[in-house]
Amino acid sequence: MSQAIAVPAEGVAERAPSAVVAARELSRQYGEGDTAVLALRGVDLDVQREKLTAVMGPSGSGKSTLMHLLAGLDMPTAGDVWIDGTNITKLGDTELTKLRRKHIGFIFQFFNLLPMLTAEENVTLPLSIAGQKPDKAWLEELIGKVGLGDRRTHRPSELSGGQQQRVAIARALVSRPTVMFADEPTGNLDSTTSGEILELLRTMVESYGQTTVMVTHDPQAAAIAHRILFLSDGSVVRDMGPSDASDVIAAMDELSRR
Amino acid sequence: MIGVAVKGLLGRKTRALLTGLAIILGVSMVSGTYVLTDTINKAFTGVLVSTYKNTSVVISGKEIVKGAASGNATVSAGLLDKVRAVPDVQAAAGGILNFGGSTDLVKLVGKNGATIGGKGGAPTFGFGLDPRYPQFNPMKLASGKWAAGPGQVVVEQGTASKHGLHVGSRVGVSADGPTRQYTITGIAKLGTVSTIGAATIAVFDIPTAQKLLHKPGQLDVISVVGRKGVSDKTLARELAPLVPSNAQVETGADQGHKEAKNITQGLSFIKYLLLSFAGIALFVGSFVIFNTIAITVAQRAREFATLRTLGASRRQVLRSVLVEAFAIGLAAAVIGLFLGLAIAKGLNAIFVALGADLPQTGTVFATRTVVVSLLAGVLVTVLAGIFPALQATRVPPIAAVREGAVLPRSRFSRWSTWIAVALVLLALALLADGLFLASGIAGVLLPLGVGTLLLFIGVALVSGRLVKPLAAVVGSPARRAGGTPGRLASENSTRNPGRTANTAAALMIGLALITFVATLGKGLKASDVSTLKDQVRSDYVMTAGNGFDPFPSEAGDAVAAAPGVVLAASARTEKARIFGSTVDVAGIGPAFARVYHFKWKKGPHEAPQANGALVTKSFADKNHLAVGDLFTARPPSGRRLTFGVQAVFDPGQMDPLFGGIMISRNAFDSGFPRPKNLFTFVNVRGGASDSTTAALKQALGGFPDVKLRTRDAWVANRAHGVDQLLQFLYVLLALSVIVSLFGMVNTLVLSVFERTRELGMLRAIGMTRRQVRRMIRHESVITALIGAGLGLPLGLFLAALVTQGLSSQGVGFHVPVLTLVIFAFVAIVAGVVAAVVPARRAARLNVLHALQYE
Repeated sequence: MSQAIAVPAEGVAERAPSAVVAARELSRQYGEGDTAVLALRGVDLDVQREKLTAVMGPSGSGKSTLMHLLAGLDMPTAGDVWIDGTNITKLGDTELTKLRRKHIGFIFQFFNLLPMLTAEENVTLPLSIAGQKPDKAWLEELIGKVGLGDRRTHRPSELSGGQQQRVAIARALVSRPTVMFADEPTGNLDSTTSGEILELLRTMVESYGQTTVMVTHDPQAAAIAHRILFLSDGSVVRDMGPSDASDVIAAMDELSRR
Repeated sequence: MIGVAVKGLLGRKTRALLTGLAIILGVSMVSGTYVLTDTINKAFTGVLVSTYKNTSVVISGKEIVKGAASGNATVSAGLLDKVRAVPDVQAAAGGILNFGGSTDLVKLVGKNGATIGGKGGAPTFGFGLDPRYPQFNPMKLASGKWAAGPGQVVVEQGTASKHGLHVGSRVGVSADGPTRQYTITGIAKLGTVSTIGAATIAVFDIPTAQKLLHKPGQLDVISVVGRKGVSDKTLARELAPLVPSNAQVETGADQGHKEAKNITQGLSFIKYLLLSFAGIALFVGSFVIFNTIAITVAQRAREFATLRTLGASRRQVLRSVLVEAFAIGLAAAVIGLFLGLAIAKGLNAIFVALGADLPQTGTVFATRTVVVSLLAGVLVTVLAGIFPALQATRVPPIAAVREGAVLPRSRFSRWSTWIAVALVLLALALLADGLFLASGIAGVLLPLGVGTLLLFIGVALVSGRLVKPLAAVVGSPARRAGGTPGRLASENSTRNPGRTANTAAALMIGLALITFVATLGKGLKASDVSTLKDQVRSDYVMTAGNGFDPFPSEAGDAVAAAPGVVLAASARTEKARIFGSTVDVAGIGPAFARVYHFKWKKGPHEAPQANGALVTKSFADKNHLAVGDLFTARPPSGRRLTFGVQAVFDPGQMDPLFGGIMISRNAFDSGFPRPKNLFTFVNVRGGASDSTTAALKQALGGFPDVKLRTRDAWVANRAHGVDQLLQFLYVLLALSVIVSLFGMVNTLVLSVFERTRELGMLRAIGMTRRQVRRMIRHESVITALIGAGLGLPLGLFLAALVTQGLSSQGVGFHVPVLTLVIFAFVAIVAGVVAAVVPARRAARLNVLHALQYE
């Protein structure tokens, strides 16, 4: 079952790439003059539909910048990003907001739940923001799937880190977005909990065909991906298929030796 | 989304309440003012309407001159028989009865020789009523019987119980003559009113009242009830031809409402005065609200960013902050509304403390009070929240994934200094216009008020830039004596200059206004003293007890006969209608110039002749009169008197003792009804001395309400009125200072919350709890002193400006140094008090938790 929703041809460039999320010649420079830093140097990328793509790399490699640009959180200095055929670098704030409601789900390192809302209210928040009623069956299924059935009326402060991230995953999926972005989803969790969350993520991608882009520097996390991109100095330096953690570590080592 | 905002608010109840406090006080003042004045109004209206409840038609003397000492015109008692002869009249009764306030005054005198009640300008009524006609009687007998004959009096119940008067006991009574002892034959209630405050009522039979009040053969009112089937209007029409031109015919209902309206209008001044101070408190509150919301928005930047990543639009973020402000405003306004009931009691207590209690019945809680209070609270809060709400919309979604997200600088921030400068310039232009160009009360007050508000906003905007230099100065004691905590406190206060500036600005407003009032007050008092000394040259001055009311002219004659008196020169006083306005008229004898210094402008330097009038320069200028011109004056009796301008003099504009015209005492006594004195100036052989004072006081023994003072004591007493006014204004302005105090508490609590991790680190590396508390306290005091550093100079500046505008009236600029030192000290105390709760919170932080805090 594909969660991709067809979008009207609005803002579709003539030679829009067919990939669900695509980047061309993507560059981002921070600062100007002597202090300028080129965080991303002309990256081309096609994200595969219904797959989990991991972006790896050491600190300062540009992996976070890449995700921010793909998700429309930041604007590139040069190049374009398409989400479901729409060039988002050309959009204004209002159109970007609408795009987020329809096409994008987020999972954050620090969970970013609203402290005054219950777990269930946090999950349905994107819908209530968009002025939509939650689809009851879908909501029940989601909450059951992330294992929060007995925690739905708890507030974030009453939940463990792992439980909070489960709420965040359900929140990211509740509107069945075209693509889900996960920013270091295990960065703030212990290793046991990390394993559980990664398993859940993988399950979600598999069961719902949820296209997902995950930024991480954790080889264990990268190991659940269908595809692993390695970034170094603002460029994609390696593109691997499914690999286990030791392969990923080896690849990282090789990268740092170069 | 709205649900999110409301839930967020409920999750931070304490903080919301703290924020709301700033508004609660202002709103409670609004509501309290309305409740108080409505309650007083209802008491009066109730009395007056019920007075005429059984009356079809009222015939009464017209109010020819507003606020005349001798009251309205009277009607001849003979008219009563003519009215009774009209076929449609069932019954009619006369009365000496005027609720106007300044007339039919009878003072009751207690056993100790002191007058009873009447403080703070409250009236002391003397009624003459006909007990055979209870249907027209506003008073209801509670015990005893009605007065019937000379030497008998009935006293109002509240007055009686307050002063231990009962049926059969004796009480002194003084109207236009010396005090005589009367027997109390009864105690009566005024309608349903439980207390008439500081006012008193003494009821006599009609002949006694006529004699006492010098209204022989005269009546104030004739109350008429018609036969069955005759409408009030018809009866009024039938009676109209009988009534002379200085009297009027009204239906009972109309008369009651008209008299009530007169009193209501008198009260509206108090109402607007109190409301304007409520407005100031709300204005200060808006700074506090603005600052608090701005800080919480900054602290919740990541939350807004997260909402944006989840698809919230800017408009939704804006709305959620405004909804929050609305909810805080509404909750605060509701609390304030009900707190107003308590404030009304408190305000009343202030009046009571000043000796001017006001009459009360049941508390009135009008719809208007609810609407205005809620509207004021909500509007001020939402308006104050708009700017922070706009800031919240500028949080970019990417802030959700960044640590330590900060708000982007606003588009306006680049221009803020220029906007501030423009505002200050505009404010100065308005102030200058109000002070030097405009005329008329509204023309002066409006630009002054708006100009001052703009000045405050402008200075507040620019104050962010002044925080660093000011903190360097006022923070130096903390840095030097406070050790490391003191130095950190000083640094902390300049860490976020805008925040410190806003917090200090709220305090600045209150302190600036208090400084302004104190400085102007000192100038006014000084010039008042000099102008009074300049005008009066006698050894002694006699006035009524409160210094302003007229007193019996016989007191002047009594003192003239006392041993050692060389000259007792009285000034009669009354008001008359001249050229369509109400003008003060004084009647003086030939020797008046020996006790009063005339500054002659034109004409001979002589006392007024037969029909001559000495007129003040302002009166002559206003009416374009020259020496020799004739004009007509209408005294309260309604007659027409013609005078010629004999000379022009200038008593100055600052506290002139005589405002309009002066005529000879003979002309006054023959032309004006029931003449009374405003002053009697006394010269004695050898000048004022204790023994002479004692002799004069003995001669005045029968006049308990007449106050004899040496000239210097009188001048000091009269100028002391300024001090009393100042104290009243201080109390009202203190409210604004308290509001700003809440702002300081709020800012500190939020700053402590924000610096949790930092405080944990400081504790971890060895800072004691006491040192943490001291650090917070120092920061608070520095903020308060910045407020004082801005407010005191600003207040002085405003005072200097206004003094300049009043310089033509002899008001000088005097800096009340001691008072300013006290205000600075008050600011320090405010800082210490504001720090108590935040400092305790900071000191209580668990080090481990604080360090892990994210």
